[in-house]
Amino acid sequence: MVGLFPHCRPGKGRDPRLRRSKPLKHGTAVPTITGSCRGKVDPGLPHGSSPWAEGPRDDEGRGGHARCSRAPARQGADFRAPLWRLAIALLALAAAPAASAATQLIGAGSTFDFPFFSKAFYAYNENHPDVTINYQSIGSGGGIQQLIAGAVDFGASDVPMDAQELARASAPILQIPVTLGGEGLAYNLPGIKKGLRLTEQIVADIYLGKITKWNDPALAQQNPGTALPDTKITVVHRSDGSGTTYIFTDFLSHVSPVWKDKVGTGKSVAWPAPSSVGGKGNEGVAGLVRQIPGAIGYVELSYLLENDMPYALLQNKAGKYLYPTIATVAAAAATKPDISAANFSIVDTDCADCYPISGYSWVLLYQAPADPERGRLLKGVMTWLVTKAQPIAASIGYVPLPANVQQRALHILALMVLKGQ
Amino acid sequence: MKSRAAAADRRHFDSRGHKGAAQRRERIAARLFTGVLYVCCLVFLLVLGGLAITLLWKSRLSLATFGPEFLWSSEWDPVHGRFGAAPFLYGTMVSSLLALLLAGSIGLLAGVFLAEFAPRRLGAALGAMIELLAAVPSIVYGLWGLFVLAPFVGGWLGPALQAAFGFLPIFQGPIYGVSMLTAALVLSVMIVPTIAAITRDLIAATPMRYREASLALGATRWETIAKVLIPEVRGGIFGACMLALGRALGETIATTMVIGNRPAIAASLLAPGYTVASVIANEFTEATSDLYLSALIELGLILLLISLLVVGIGRLMLRLVVR
Repeated sequence: MVGLFPHCRPGKGRDPRLRRSKPLKHGTAVPTITGSCRGKVDPGLPHGSSPWAEGPRDDEGRGGHARCSRAPARQGADFRAPLWRLAIALLALAAAPAASAATQLIGAGSTFDFPFFSKAFYAYNENHPDVTINYQSIGSGGGIQQLIAGAVDFGASDVPMDAQELARASAPILQIPVTLGGEGLAYNLPGIKKGLRLTEQIVADIYLGKITKWNDPALAQQNPGTALPDTKITVVHRSDGSGTTYIFTDFLSHVSPVWKDKVGTGKSVAWPAPSSVGGKGNEGVAGLVRQIPGAIGYVELSYLLENDMPYALLQNKAGKYLYPTIATVAAAAATKPDISAANFSIVDTDCADCYPISGYSWVLLYQAPADPERGRLLKGVMTWLVTKAQPIAASIGYVPLPANVQQRALHILALMVLKGQ
Repeated sequence: MKSRAAAADRRHFDSRGHKGAAQRRERIAARLFTGVLYVCCLVFLLVLGGLAITLLWKSRLSLATFGPEFLWSSEWDPVHGRFGAAPFLYGTMVSSLLALLLAGSIGLLAGVFLAEFAPRRLGAALGAMIELLAAVPSIVYGLWGLFVLAPFVGGWLGPALQAAFGFLPIFQGPIYGVSMLTAALVLSVMIVPTIAAITRDLIAATPMRYREASLALGATRWETIAKVLIPEVRGGIFGACMLALGRALGETIATTMVIGNRPAIAASLLAPGYTVASVIANEFTEATSDLYLSALIELGLILLLISLLVVGIGRLMLRLVVR
């Protein structure tokens, strides 16, 4: 401590005027910092003549000399001393994790991926104690911005970065599909718990506001034998910008030229139906659908599977009515093994057992990471994530990547350049 | 004691050198303390100024693209890059003012009851509960609003209002449960503790002699409260209302959950709406294009200006009322 505070050394920094003051008599030392110190620095005071002669010893064994020999003009240092100690303690704390062996990789982005990532990265760390992965689910947009800023090792996004965003990054970026999600159309029609049939065109017309009643002839034609009520349709959508909305509007744009022309595809769009209501998150959409009789809304498959609510059979391009399931979504994905960030849409695929509303989520990372060592660890994590971690995804309602897409993902990962190897 | 006082005296006065040192020390300490106080106040100014400058700078693209039209355009189309703030401004103002109207009247009456009528024990218990309400996180209010209040409004309150006052445009149209009215109700529950607690404290702090004088002049208890106590503390109550309005204007999560998030201006309170804070919270994280981000930040700037305006108007009215 004395070394840290050179001015604290006994005898240094004495105020010459102090020496002129009369020595304090035994017992007269005022138990204030000033009083006790003044008595100490006076050379005329016999050692030990004051009860404060040695000064109060604190538990670190620092004696009164170091504390009290400061000149009164330096009173401020008495406040500083605890601060210094605190600062040093904090420094020590900050240094402690750095000294341990584990490297922490940092990722940020999609909230859709978060449940999968948190479970998968926890499992990874159990087998690889040298790597911990800190994933912040701040949203895809945030993930892309953090990656461009170089603040994270990887980003995650429900929609891959487009050319404009890639151009903003300082170096080439690789985009790897990591998981799949499907979306079902949940509805609230008292009395119809199962088996409501919809076509792609009907869904588009409902969301465009062209079909406004459940007993519309188009719906009645698809559901013979079902007593459709004369209820107004309330269209529920996500109010927060989300990849779920992107995939759904991508689907609508594929099946309806009017939608494509008028509304388009995006994470947030201007919903044209006059009876539309926005709910925040899957829970918000599901909550609104449950509450409003006559409501319909798109909800992530994992959420639908976990919550008991009716959802519709949707006719695919091949004419087959299908429920969204892990199998029907994976089948749609498997039809397009040459997936890439520039060509990633898997909605409305033309095959018999493919559910038409689904899409990938992506991990984004620099092709040549600045720190090759971190890059090597990152590559290991991602290789594991797109292959062996897929059953973990399946266990919590995500659709695991089909084998051919896993190969595709590994192929993209192989493009990583790790300098110094 | 005497020797200690003498020592203290000596410390300041026994030699000239000492006196100078001690006084200088004290002067420096005093100046330091004043300085610290100034810095503390300056921090607010810096934060506010920094915020305004950042918002202005980051929204320059939107400001340049849309100009003042941004304020009255009703279009919000992120896909085609067309943005306007009108529905959000309308939603923010209507939901907040309606909430203030509801919470103001209930909070005032509750505060009067707690201070003047409630038995001591009941008053203390109720007061603690009201203060507890103020500490509930807004997401809890939001979820409660979505799962309890919205079905209530959709299934019961909305139809009842429509049946009774359906001739008024503010209660017409389809009922979804989530609506401007639902948002205002949730907001009013959130801000009522502030108003009730402050009113209670203000009235409890008025000198007893006012009550005694009023009663001695033959006023009833009711007249004493309405004509003596409340006018006495109206400035403070007004301040409490401004504080509450500030919270309502900026409330994000709870509003988002129950307002329906439809960017359209509807006359009916039973129709869904949208607020400035809600659209920022909803869309900011996933906004990627520059213009889109810039438009959202401009909304933030507008919200800041509205808050400043409200506080300003509040102070002005307060001065008029108190005088």
